[in-house]
Amino acid sequence: MFIARQDVVSTASLTYAGIFFALYVAAHLVVRYTVPFADPYLLPIVGLLTAVGLTEIYRLNPDDAFKQAGWIVVALALFSLTLFLLRYDYRRVEAYKYLFGLTAIVLLVLPILPLIGLTVNGARLWVHIGSLRFQPGELAKIMLIVFLAGYMREKREVLAQGRPKDWGPLLLVWAMAMLVLLQTRDLGGGLLYFGIFLAMLYIATARTAYVGAGLGLFIIGAIGVWKVTPHVQDRVTIWLHPWSEHKVSCPLSGQLELRQNCQSFQLVKSLYSIGNGEYAGTGLGKGTFQNVDGKQIIPDLNTDFIYSALAQELGLIGAAALLLVYMIFVLRGMRIALLSQDGFSKLVAAGLTFGFALQTFIIVGGILRLIPLTGITLPFVSYGGSSVVANFLLLAGLLLISNRANRELLR
Amino acid sequence: MNKQVSQMGVVALVLLAALIVGTTYWQTWANASLAERQDNDIRLVAQFTIKRGKIYASDGRTLLATNVPKRVGGRTLYFRRYPSGPLFSDVVGYSTSTRSQAGLERSYNDYLTGSNANLDTVFRSAVDRLRGATVTGNDLVLTIRPGVQALARRLLQGKCGAVVALEPATGRVLAMVTNPTYNPNLIEKHFGLATRTTGPCRSPLLNRATAGTYIPGSTFKIITAAAALDTGRFTPDSPFNDPGYCIEYGKQVRNAGNPEAPETFGSVNFAFGFQHSVNSVFCNIGKTIGAGTILRYAERFGFYSLPPLETPENERVESGLYNRRRLFKPRRPEFQVDPGRLAFGQERLQVTPLQMAMVAATVANHGAMMRPRLVERVVSPGGKTITHLKREQLGRPIKRQTADELTHMMELAVRGGTGTAAYIPGIRVAGKTGTAETGRPNVHTAWFTAFAPADAPRVAIAVVVEDQLNGFGGTIAAPIAREVMEALLR
Repeated sequence: MFIARQDVVSTASLTYAGIFFALYVAAHLVVRYTVPFADPYLLPIVGLLTAVGLTEIYRLNPDDAFKQAGWIVVALALFSLTLFLLRYDYRRVEAYKYLFGLTAIVLLVLPILPLIGLTVNGARLWVHIGSLRFQPGELAKIMLIVFLAGYMREKREVLAQGRPKDWGPLLLVWAMAMLVLLQTRDLGGGLLYFGIFLAMLYIATARTAYVGAGLGLFIIGAIGVWKVTPHVQDRVTIWLHPWSEHKVSCPLSGQLELRQNCQSFQLVKSLYSIGNGEYAGTGLGKGTFQNVDGKQIIPDLNTDFIYSALAQELGLIGAAALLLVYMIFVLRGMRIALLSQDGFSKLVAAGLTFGFALQTFIIVGGILRLIPLTGITLPFVSYGGSSVVANFLLLAGLLLISNRANRELLR
Repeated sequence: MNKQVSQMGVVALVLLAALIVGTTYWQTWANASLAERQDNDIRLVAQFTIKRGKIYASDGRTLLATNVPKRVGGRTLYFRRYPSGPLFSDVVGYSTSTRSQAGLERSYNDYLTGSNANLDTVFRSAVDRLRGATVTGNDLVLTIRPGVQALARRLLQGKCGAVVALEPATGRVLAMVTNPTYNPNLIEKHFGLATRTTGPCRSPLLNRATAGTYIPGSTFKIITAAAALDTGRFTPDSPFNDPGYCIEYGKQVRNAGNPEAPETFGSVNFAFGFQHSVNSVFCNIGKTIGAGTILRYAERFGFYSLPPLETPENERVESGLYNRRRLFKPRRPEFQVDPGRLAFGQERLQVTPLQMAMVAATVANHGAMMRPRLVERVVSPGGKTITHLKREQLGRPIKRQTADELTHMMELAVRGGTGTAAYIPGIRVAGKTGTAETGRPNVHTAWFTAFAPADAPRVAIAVVVEDQLNGFGGTIAAPIAREVMEALLR
């Protein structure tokens, strides 16, 4: 299947497809060796998603595809390493939960630091060391889940009582999410971390009151941030009114422009791209991403907006199929959480899976104008090293948990 | 715990399902409205992937519009080029990415892009699209003679005005020139340069032949005479007395010439009055038959409706009375319109050169008005003619006898009246001059409308030249008309 996909783009990329397939086989063998009882669906699903992403990136920008392939190799190496190290009992990591938690916070704070922090598109999410750019938030997400799972397993019964003092952690995490939101000026990040936290808290305590209060607090907090941060206000205006009838002041050029030619340029062009796909799509390699003058129509097409490129070329059929693949991944992930025997494993598996789904929802929902747009990556498909590495670690975690769960079931 | 895990699983799946719903909305429901958006580059690019049909002059060889392929973003886009430059710009128009379209490029866009409803084209375009081949549009062959068009353009050089030549029996437009004009190749990238004008003339984008309105002056006397003869109230021999003026509303309306001592012809007949364009004669006719009758005949000649040419509607204008720049159709003409001044083409009349050429062509065609036509045929890329020009009679404003009497009077005007400058040796030319007052002293709009040969007309023409200081229709416009007609009859 991968070979066939690559073939569509160019016959010259056959070797390229061959290398990809070899990598996939290698990963498969590592999985067979280290976690023989693991869920058999996850790795093929990830292989498919990665291949689709790589193909589309190759179609948009071959140079980026080669870089991405390099990142996949790095990610696979880390993936294999993780499986090897934790193949007997991954639950060892639970003992280091506070270290994980602390590292996650450090990683989240890194982009705010003056020297190495980097602002891209108005959001402070990047760290750069020399020419190497990295989005630590992706990794922080996984560490945070491990920490939360460990912490909640330990404090489950206490938290479930719901006494006033038990609300402390909720308020603390909420305050942190808001801080992250304020500092990074990134709506989606805050929503993602807080959403994962709420989901895990609900699973651990079964108290809907936490969820309700948490959501309420988040909305209040988000409104507060919206009031004081012009960047977030802009995002909301773009979301509600991407097209303006009259010219409005454009902060990018300092002149009066139609909003679709200024702030909401990217969103609007992306919607045109999706609309152009119709049912069947233009066909891979036949979409229009450059205007009459040969300029790229949508900025950041192969990272945040790769979904609109795919939706144009693959059409509703292809885009829906892609989302169904994500749904299968979520189903398998939740199944792992159900089958695992201990609370820590359940919480990690459910947290990772929910985070995976929520991240997909936040970026694609933003592109589709369901929610305000935030630039985060589409797991396994978008171009981006940090994203690929983090998501392969997420996969490793799920495989480890399912290996143990299935082994115990068979015993 | 498992119950909560399942619930969260359902929440996650619902979130992802919402994405499928959202995608469905944009790709099916909202799809059409997205495609209509002005700033949708993708639809624009799609238009440029089509190889538009070429446009040729009447000889089928002179290329007026063609394509220049350019590789952009891994695909071939076709950009328009106009080898004839400004020579045909007002007819052909332009098709660019930033300035949209004009002229036949706009009104024949469907044919030129192969999206017309013709069965052959539909089939071919569909096959091309399925094969992934370049969709190629249909070619146009126009009725305009390239040599004559170039000649007319040369003759108008340095003047503002227009020339329209028609074939009376078929309605073919043989030449259509307006000056100043623009170079369509510059529209896209150098709009400012393309629309810059030197000299007194402005608005180079305006097609003066179809959308320029001018006071018709004495050329309108053809319509007054047609009404006078056709109603049977007058004959070419009807006697008149010309004291040099005509009394209207108790005031003198004087003939042309020095206002203190206007030309005076004394006892004349109708034909003589036409031959020498005597205002008092027409003033009296107007008073006799009334403004309503004259306007009714004008309407039968096509006034008060857009001339049915193939160019876009916004590039054509109705002829008729205008009040404060708006077409004015009097409900009770006998009280609202001055019949004497109307009869010799002043009042508030505004006409287009095309309308005037249609009047001359109708008289030439024995009273039958043909639909003017610019497109001779549409040819598929395979060389098959999809549609070709069909003669279409728009109406019969006047009787054959009236047309013949008018022809005779117009011949007199060229042979020994105001229009002698249009005389072509060996060919009987029928014509009528017009020198319209513009409101500024001694600045006139010079008109000439004619057809030839009078016994078997092959060409009808209208020439208008703006703002001539001490210039007259007979001296400025008639020589241009003569040269163009000679070239067409040769």
